[in-house]
Amino acid sequence: MRYIPNSPEERAEMLAVVGLSSASELFRSIPQDVQLDRGLNITDPLAESEVIAAMDAMAAKNTGATKTSFLGGGVYSHYSPTIVDHLIQRSEFFTSYTPYQPEISQGTLQYIFEFQTLICQLTGMEVANASMYDGSTAMAEAYLMARRVTRRDKIVVAKSVHAEYRAVAATYAQHGDTEIVEIGYDDSGRVTGLEAIDDKTAALVVQSPNFFGCIEDLKSLADKAHAAGALFVVVVTEAISLGLLKPPGACGADIVVGEGQSFGIPMSFGGPHVGLFATQEKYVRQMPGRLCGVAYDKNGNRGFVLTLSTREQHIRREKATSNICTNQGLIALAATIYMEALGKKGLQEVAVQNAQKAAYAAKAISAVDGYSLPFSAPVFNEFVVRGPRPAAETLETLRTENRILGGLALSRYYGGHENDFLVTVTELNSKQQIDDLVSAL
Amino acid sequence: MANIPENLRYTKDHEWLAVTDGTATLGITDYAQGSLGDVVYIDMPRVGDKFGAHEAFGSVESVKAVSEIFTPVAGEIVELNDGLNDSPEKVNSDPYGDGWMIKIKMENALAADALLSADEYEEYLSTIG
Repeated sequence: MRYIPNSPEERAEMLAVVGLSSASELFRSIPQDVQLDRGLNITDPLAESEVIAAMDAMAAKNTGATKTSFLGGGVYSHYSPTIVDHLIQRSEFFTSYTPYQPEISQGTLQYIFEFQTLICQLTGMEVANASMYDGSTAMAEAYLMARRVTRRDKIVVAKSVHAEYRAVAATYAQHGDTEIVEIGYDDSGRVTGLEAIDDKTAALVVQSPNFFGCIEDLKSLADKAHAAGALFVVVVTEAISLGLLKPPGACGADIVVGEGQSFGIPMSFGGPHVGLFATQEKYVRQMPGRLCGVAYDKNGNRGFVLTLSTREQHIRREKATSNICTNQGLIALAATIYMEALGKKGLQEVAVQNAQKAAYAAKAISAVDGYSLPFSAPVFNEFVVRGPRPAAETLETLRTENRILGGLALSRYYGGHENDFLVTVTELNSKQQIDDLVSAL
Repeated sequence: MANIPENLRYTKDHEWLAVTDGTATLGITDYAQGSLGDVVYIDMPRVGDKFGAHEAFGSVESVKAVSEIFTPVAGEIVELNDGLNDSPEKVNSDPYGDGWMIKIKMENALAADALLSADEYEEYLSTIG
């Protein structure tokens, strides 16, 4: 919206044109008794410097932002190069909505195509869509897609998948006759209870690294799912792990879904983030969301198009593969710029730093008297710590006395883990911060 | 003018049937393929799926629309035209031949007799212009 100032003389001139003597006469059709005859009860105008001071004061109340943080569990604190914010704020990108005449927006389609290409490379899958709302909704779509592909109704999902993802997916699926069976985890922190997979199972759904930070044995899980004719769905909440771990696609995943927030997107109290969705080409017709493809015009020039759009709502209507036929455009762009700015080596280096710092922290914490690591499976940048007293108390002490956000109490999502908390270490945590955490325990 | 072979049975949804020994071969008519335009995908049922009369068993996707395909007769799918997976355009080029879609074993072997003859279908087409 534009602000168009006008002077008293200009106002008088405009009123004269329409034959009125004052602006209030413009509102004479509104009954007198409902007209507000005083100013609004809000503060007087502030100078810019005063506004900034007021906002600073409000921001200062967000004390978590200034504390050393080892919080993760689905949303991660990573460094975002300034080029990400700078480029997405270009007006060509910042104000663009999903194009309804898509081929006219070649720039938008090109970055979507690049986003899809990068997600395919990272996940080891053949096709990726233009993005979903976030990781949890992407997982819910994977439930529905697995049902379409297999024509079976049962979803077997590991309890070590983020509890909020499971809640969102259950909400999505609640009216569609989906049977959801949750299976547990063993002492190593890995999924167990695979006997729940049967000939009615549409998909086995696991997260890796899982909510406890443990890396699942994807290959053997894929074999178990496939032996029963079910699809194997891998959920990735910490996308940086793809820079180091074997791609899920190389381990037999049929669908890989996840959260792309780690790719340069601020934590922002939990959103907006960006959902990742990738699968094998043979299932592309059943994949939800939009898909950008490359094409050539009659002169052989390369261009980008939205492809397979007939499966979307505007043609298939109630038979569309999903009620989502848009994508998380701006955030997907930010993730694309992040991935391209870092490059293959850069992403690998970030991932290695995460893993090494987390390994250092895990070793140091488990050496503290009374503290141990309850799960034995290999981890990436998160791990569960078992303390000598309830985790909520331990974390409260760290927060108030040491200005450290020490992690996430597992009791928030899991019973029987009162003394356990999830510690996340990223490239932004310095050795000094880790040492401070260890000495504070 | 759409091609309407004499020896087939037709529906007002523009499917054709050829019946042999209680099994119907089914596809869409020349008129249907012409109206849809270039067919790019056919969403097929699976062998063994059972359908009641007038149920949709799949859909045809063209560059501009998606239409359901109905079976006018109840029965079980016994064969699919797998060739359409790679060459859906056969529905356009040869709707009554290589473009056939499914073979359905009819619950009632005489069910197709109640469908339109070639003459009746041609007359129907003239009424819908």
